[in-house]
Amino acid sequence: MARVTELLINGVKYPVDVDAGASLLSVLRDDLDLTGSKYGCGEGQCGACTVLLAGTPRRSCITPVGDAARKPITTIEGLEKDGQLHPVQQAFLDEGAMQCGYCTSGMIMTAVGLLAVHPEPTDLEIAHYLEGHICRCGTYPRIIAAVRRAAKSLHEVRT
Amino acid sequence: MKTSPEIPILIEPERYELHARPTYHFGLPRRDFFKIVGGGIVVFCLPVSTFAGQEAGRTGRRPVEALPQDVSAWLHVNENGEITVYTGKVEVGQNIRTSLTQAVAEELCVAPGSVQLLMGDTDRVPFDMGTFGSRTTPTMSPQLRRAASAAREALIGLAAEAWHVDRAKLTAANGAVTDPASGRTASYGELAKGREIAQAIPAEAPLTPAAQWKIMGQPLAKVTGREIVTGRHRYPSDIKLPGMLFGKVLRPPAFGATLASLDTQKAEQIPGVTVVHDGNFVGVAAPSPRVAESALAALSATWKSPPQQPSGDELFEYLKKNAHGGDDRGSQATGSVEKGLAEASLRLKQTYTVAYIAHAPLEPRAAVAEWKDGKLSVWTGTQRPFGVRGELAEAFRLPEDHVRVVMPDMGSGYGGKHSGEAAVEAARLAQAARRPIKLVWTREEEFTWAYFRPAGVIEVSAGITSDGAITAWEFHNYNSGAAAIGTLYNIPNQRIQFHPVDSPLRQGSYRSLAATANHFARESFMDELAHLAKMDPLEFRLKNLTDTRLRAALEAAAQRFGWGQIKPQPGHGFGMAGGSDKGGYVATCAEVAVDPASRQVRVLRVVTAFDCGAVVNPDDLRNQIEGANNMGIGGALFEAIQFENGRILNPHFAQYRVPRFSDAPAVEVVLIDRKDVASSGAGETPIVGIAPAIGNAIFSATGKRLRALPMAPKGV
Repeated sequence: MARVTELLINGVKYPVDVDAGASLLSVLRDDLDLTGSKYGCGEGQCGACTVLLAGTPRRSCITPVGDAARKPITTIEGLEKDGQLHPVQQAFLDEGAMQCGYCTSGMIMTAVGLLAVHPEPTDLEIAHYLEGHICRCGTYPRIIAAVRRAAKSLHEVRT
Repeated sequence: MKTSPEIPILIEPERYELHARPTYHFGLPRRDFFKIVGGGIVVFCLPVSTFAGQEAGRTGRRPVEALPQDVSAWLHVNENGEITVYTGKVEVGQNIRTSLTQAVAEELCVAPGSVQLLMGDTDRVPFDMGTFGSRTTPTMSPQLRRAASAAREALIGLAAEAWHVDRAKLTAANGAVTDPASGRTASYGELAKGREIAQAIPAEAPLTPAAQWKIMGQPLAKVTGREIVTGRHRYPSDIKLPGMLFGKVLRPPAFGATLASLDTQKAEQIPGVTVVHDGNFVGVAAPSPRVAESALAALSATWKSPPQQPSGDELFEYLKKNAHGGDDRGSQATGSVEKGLAEASLRLKQTYTVAYIAHAPLEPRAAVAEWKDGKLSVWTGTQRPFGVRGELAEAFRLPEDHVRVVMPDMGSGYGGKHSGEAAVEAARLAQAARRPIKLVWTREEEFTWAYFRPAGVIEVSAGITSDGAITAWEFHNYNSGAAAIGTLYNIPNQRIQFHPVDSPLRQGSYRSLAATANHFARESFMDELAHLAKMDPLEFRLKNLTDTRLRAALEAAAQRFGWGQIKPQPGHGFGMAGGSDKGGYVATCAEVAVDPASRQVRVLRVVTAFDCGAVVNPDDLRNQIEGANNMGIGGALFEAIQFENGRILNPHFAQYRVPRFSDAPAVEVVLIDRKDVASSGAGETPIVGIAPAIGNAIFSATGKRLRALPMAPKGV
């Protein structure tokens, strides 16, 4: 099977040596110790493993690492810049939008992807976009409020 | 109106997963203690006697005296004025790391940021039974507050001694002691420097009354929030050790199947793979999870199937048929039910059922195990680190002080992680491979090999007078459990019984235990009785209820909801339910819409009023109540484990539907902040109102009474 020898993650080139068929999530977590992306189901059903692949949210647990080679990968570890949280991260804190927090990184990554293409979503659109994510603690209304708050603060940054 | 009686907390026989274990005695010589933590002031918490009885839930039969009577937690103020709390309680998303921080900061008069909690590391914290039963807030929090108060008094004493002034003239604030007369001030660090003071909490350590709280009673953001949103927090499944290998376990095709033959040759030829075969346990260790999966696939095993086992479609019949008579632990009787029924003008009898459901914590069971110098250390997600230490000691025939269990704040549990399966498996593999092992259960394993919320059958019958007074009440719960089996309604003649059954599936605790099932049956039946009496459901409840706290909750929820003020539009319905458990009082009103074409139920709006005494952290309390309602919608409407002859048929999120964004209603929370009442836990009881409120709302919308949880997996 083809091998993947390099990944571009959060702007940094990581040398790896893995089968192209290995899951991106496993390579991130087990080979590179980037454990912010979580395993929740391994079947693309819960969203805990979500990363951005060339800016688009992808379930890393069902993405072969071969598909991610030569594309910029952004993980939760890459959002904070110089000690400054991304507005979506800050909004999750401000809204208290978590309990155990295990789903949080995946939620944040999808929200970042959503706001990049759709800067002013309605609550219904946010819910629809995040439907593939599970928060077993049931903090859904707070997550929607957090994405709404992040959209507002990103809007303020732009204007 | 009478006030709520002191209800003795029922021993909870549904904790089937907890086995009786020896009592552990913690003892750490004082000298060693300061060697480890450094100088300063240490205050030990001693469990109060009543606390022991309330957590005696393991077998339901252990006497209070058999429980540990030694140190339950301690608090250390070091020479830099930093405060560390050592407790065996664990953080699973219920947010006690934050609320206990508030409790200590309040009494010690410091900023919450200077308090650290070291939780759930069996080598470093005193024994704790486990984090369950909503016990942290009513038991651990007051103890830590007393310890903090004692530490504050000790620091004031040191300052008084140094300055030769009357201690009563000194004040403590912002981590320092001040003499207002002279203006002298000394930080806690300065006062603790060079000291080695250890003391137990004095018998009468005063606590700050809730009305004067400055840090408790206020919202405080989750203290680990930043670690979580940046992905830096290491959950149990994120732990990595040098030289670590990855493990996988071969699972039998059905519960109870035994290994008939095993060929390991192909798997063992894969470089770096170790195969472990020990009785029915077969597992592999490999340099990466991918290689471990290949090795597992390369094993060739045949299994001997066990005899035919019950299946889901015969479950409720099975539970009724196999019940062991009445269980005195959950039995209550007053007056004569026969006499009460004879006095009634209307009688009703109904049967309710609840399915097995899965906790499905988003982080499945995970463990990293390491053997070093004959000692075993395991990092794992569990609500009972000391319980898992006991399991490991037993499995490997080790003394308990040769086993260390560390519990990093985990990806939730909901009562589903009291046991240490992954820890034992990882340790067995690590023992054979002579390397640390990480083992993370797959979602399918978590759905199949963990334990479930018990299924149950509940039969209720009652009689009422023509003006709606309940004269007789009979309530039988088969298998699901005795939590909150009693009723707060005033009924002169009652017979209430819990009937245990040998469950076809492995079962155990679940958020609120059987309080969910018992409230579903009781509050659905109350709605049925109200309709029989041709009374409004709120009016009917209040007529039969004098408990002031539950009345206040029902009235508060009804008022916010607009009960009696607004009418549901066609296709919509309103329902309510109320109840009490574990010191909390809850009332929930729900509005549902039933789609005329698809018959799907949507929960549009939920109002929950909750009274758990003095509110410790209002924002987090709201979060717990919102979350409990959203989680409870799953068990109410569509979650159910399907099984057949020892196999789980729906062990994936694609087959086992859990609530998602589109299922989540607007949840309004009314907090009843009783500053005059001690705080109770709040992680569990808010969930008990949602299922009956939804069921009653579906009846209001459609005229159809649904008596089985889940009520509408495929619509009404």
